[in-house]
Amino acid sequence: MCLAIPAKVLEIDYPFATVSLGGAKRKVRVDLLEDVKPGDYVLVHVGLAIQKVSEEEVREIERLWEELLRE
Amino acid sequence: MGGVVERIVEKIREESKEFEEVKIMHLCGTHEDTISKYNIRSLIPENVKLLAGPGCPVCIIPDEDLQKVFHLLEKEDVILTTFGDMARVPFEGKSLFHYRAKGKDVRIVYSVFDALEIAKNSDKNVVFFAIGFETTMPSTAVAAKEAPENFFIFSAHRFFIPAMEALMPNSEIDGYINPGHVSTIVGVVAYEGLTKYKTPMVISGFEPEDVLLSILMLLKAIKNGSPLLMNEYVRAVRYEGNVKAKEVMNEVFDAEDGSWRGLGIIPNSKASLSRVYENCDAEKFFEDVFEDFVPKEDKRKRNCLCGEILKGKAFPTDCKLFMKACTPRDPIGSCMVSFEGTCNIWAKYGKSL
Ligand code: SF4
Ligand code: SF4
Repeated sequence: MCLAIPAKVLEIDYPFATVSLGGAKRKVRVDLLEDVKPGDYVLVHVGLAIQKVSEEEVREIERLWEELLRE
Repeated sequence: MGGVVERIVEKIREESKEFEEVKIMHLCGTHEDTISKYNIRSLIPENVKLLAGPGCPVCIIPDEDLQKVFHLLEKEDVILTTFGDMARVPFEGKSLFHYRAKGKDVRIVYSVFDALEIAKNSDKNVVFFAIGFETTMPSTAVAAKEAPENFFIFSAHRFFIPAMEALMPNSEIDGYINPGHVSTIVGVVAYEGLTKYKTPMVISGFEPEDVLLSILMLLKAIKNGSPLLMNEYVRAVRYEGNVKAKEVMNEVFDAEDGSWRGLGIIPNSKASLSRVYENCDAEKFFEDVFEDFVPKEDKRKRNCLCGEILKGKAFPTDCKLFMKACTPRDPIGSCMVSFEGTCNIWAKYGKSL
């Protein structure tokens, strides 16, 4: 029950948003996040977007991996 | 990404050489799923033991909460809504699905908002059997704020951080993999108070690379005695967590002492509806119904090792009932029911040690 799945925001209709969840369109609540925009990635858990997933930080982790592996 | 996995595994091998044995506990059912699915236990050296802690909110719900919900269903004509996993947990061989087959109105929902919709379109009282840690609580809190008169919440929610507070002192664990999604809400900050136990913790994502990297980070930290708190899941976990979510959660819920399967009573771990939201608290509204409620013991569960498994003191294969009397089709303990339960996952992927 408690998976949170990354989804892409397609359209905002506050407090809801239509997101693309593994290819399927779904309506989720986004009112617990600050300024969500279409194009953002969010983690969806039981119908609620609980956090934004940042692309910058996805790159950051790759850098972290590289660093740890080089040491 | 195959190359990354191999390189991390190689590093783990190097780092673990000097240890006789290292015990790492993860605290999230979804991590157990990644570990079993990708056979991570067989990738890493034998002296690095990966144990599964009380990370699944279905597994840790004590029988008493379940019995109370059954009691309510037997006495009152309500629509009971909950998540699918919870509906499969048996008590004395009966589950919520069993009640549904007997004609009770039990409905499986994907989210609390579906339950809210059911209430808005019905004259009957709708009860949402709410389970989950800090990950799930904000959605219930949002629903409580919008509850119509016929919508009630039976809260079996538990705060996870107090459970860590209960687990960490005097534990034999050398390092912890903290739950990723709980952390998206509570943030890195929530674990700062736990660094006093001097056992390194890492917040980890859910890809196999994340878990392996977290193990590597832990091994280094265990060796050096620091850092005690690390965040590998930076793409979703911020220092302060989700502030808005924490606010509504704190507004709607109060922390009370609560019981956990296998762990007993943990101070401040149960999320009960606060007085302001009393009007949608099922336990208050149906008070009279619960007056004659007495919890019982399920004899079938006497030999079930779920409690020990949740503490990381046993593996499913240590249980005499595993894959004999207790199978995913006919589960005895909740660790076999929930898709995030260690016994269920081991049954699905085979013995993964
Ligand atoms: S609630 Fe989140 S952190 Fe906890 S077990 Fe489920 S997915 Fe993992
Ligand atoms: S195999 Fe079944 S009975 Fe044994 S510990 Fe797991 S859930 Fe309990």
